[in-house]
Amino acid sequence: MINGILGRKVGMTQIFAADGTVIPVTVVEAGPCLVVQRKTKENDGYDAVQLGLVGRVSPRRLSKALRGHFEKAGVPPARSLGEVRCDVQDAVAPGDKVLCDIFAADETVDVIGLSKGKGFQGVVKRHGFGGGVATHGSMFHRAPGSIGPSAFPSRVYPGTRSSGRMGGKQTTVKNLEVVKVDAENHLLYIRGAVPGARNSLVKILKKQGAASAPAA
Amino acid sequence: MDKLIEAERHALRGDVPPFAPGDTVKVHVKVREGEKERIQVFQGLVIARKGGGVRETFTVRKVSQGIGVERTFPVHSPVLERIEVERHGIVRRAKLYYLRQLRGKAARIAERRDN
Repeated sequence: MINGILGRKVGMTQIFAADGTVIPVTVVEAGPCLVVQRKTKENDGYDAVQLGLVGRVSPRRLSKALRGHFEKAGVPPARSLGEVRCDVQDAVAPGDKVLCDIFAADETVDVIGLSKGKGFQGVVKRHGFGGGVATHGSMFHRAPGSIGPSAFPSRVYPGTRSSGRMGGKQTTVKNLEVVKVDAENHLLYIRGAVPGARNSLVKILKKQGAASAPAA
Repeated sequence: MDKLIEAERHALRGDVPPFAPGDTVKVHVKVREGEKERIQVFQGLVIARKGGGVRETFTVRKVSQGIGVERTFPVHSPVLERIEVERHGIVRRAKLYYLRQLRGKAARIAERRDN
């Protein structure tokens, strides 16, 4: 059984529960996906399936290597590829379809995506430093403060939190609830926020618990 | 974005009558009391409509025993049994928050009669 799918973030909205409670949801267009490659322990060192998100893409725009890869699988070219781990005994072959109906409402999922890039940010935004007071003659506002002792060790310890590029990194949000599955339109409604900008690629996995973890 | 609008459309109520700020409405609200469910009517003046799609809300103001009471409802909430438009008003702005400062005769709104 394949326990994950690729999708595109559509955006956030809300839906009403029967008692009128508002549930904030992210709409994700999940799939349809086609299996492009089955990776095996013998061949690749681990068991996984490579999924391709179905979408129009001209073969001219692909590298020769990718074109050959899709040709070998006998599937039309996909714009995005992603891997999902699976069990050794799972019988899946290239060309198999993966749809969002592998998920059901009320199920718990993990979502992986590329967070929005925030650019070069200071320590207050990037690491949640407190900063100083704004007024009353204070000359310490958003600076990081001390970054370590002086004479010894005469250097800054590696890993000291500092300003720099923020966001644009792979981010996983665990234990999100699937509120609704619209199999007809390939839409998943997931409670809460999901990493990434609109139209960005996300990977939705069934909750990675002890029971569902693939045998390593 | 279009897909989001499409996804929202299914959640919209089809039975919302056209109403605008300045109108007087009766809002029939479903109230749960333990096991029983009954309908409560909240009548007042619509002073604002905000947001779009499923997230649209409207604010109803009434003066109850000399005290102004305002309630904000989501337009497409399943809690609303129905909305009745009692009267259309003539107003020149979209948000009627200035009415909070007014009372009695000053807080009246002229009725629009479509002939």
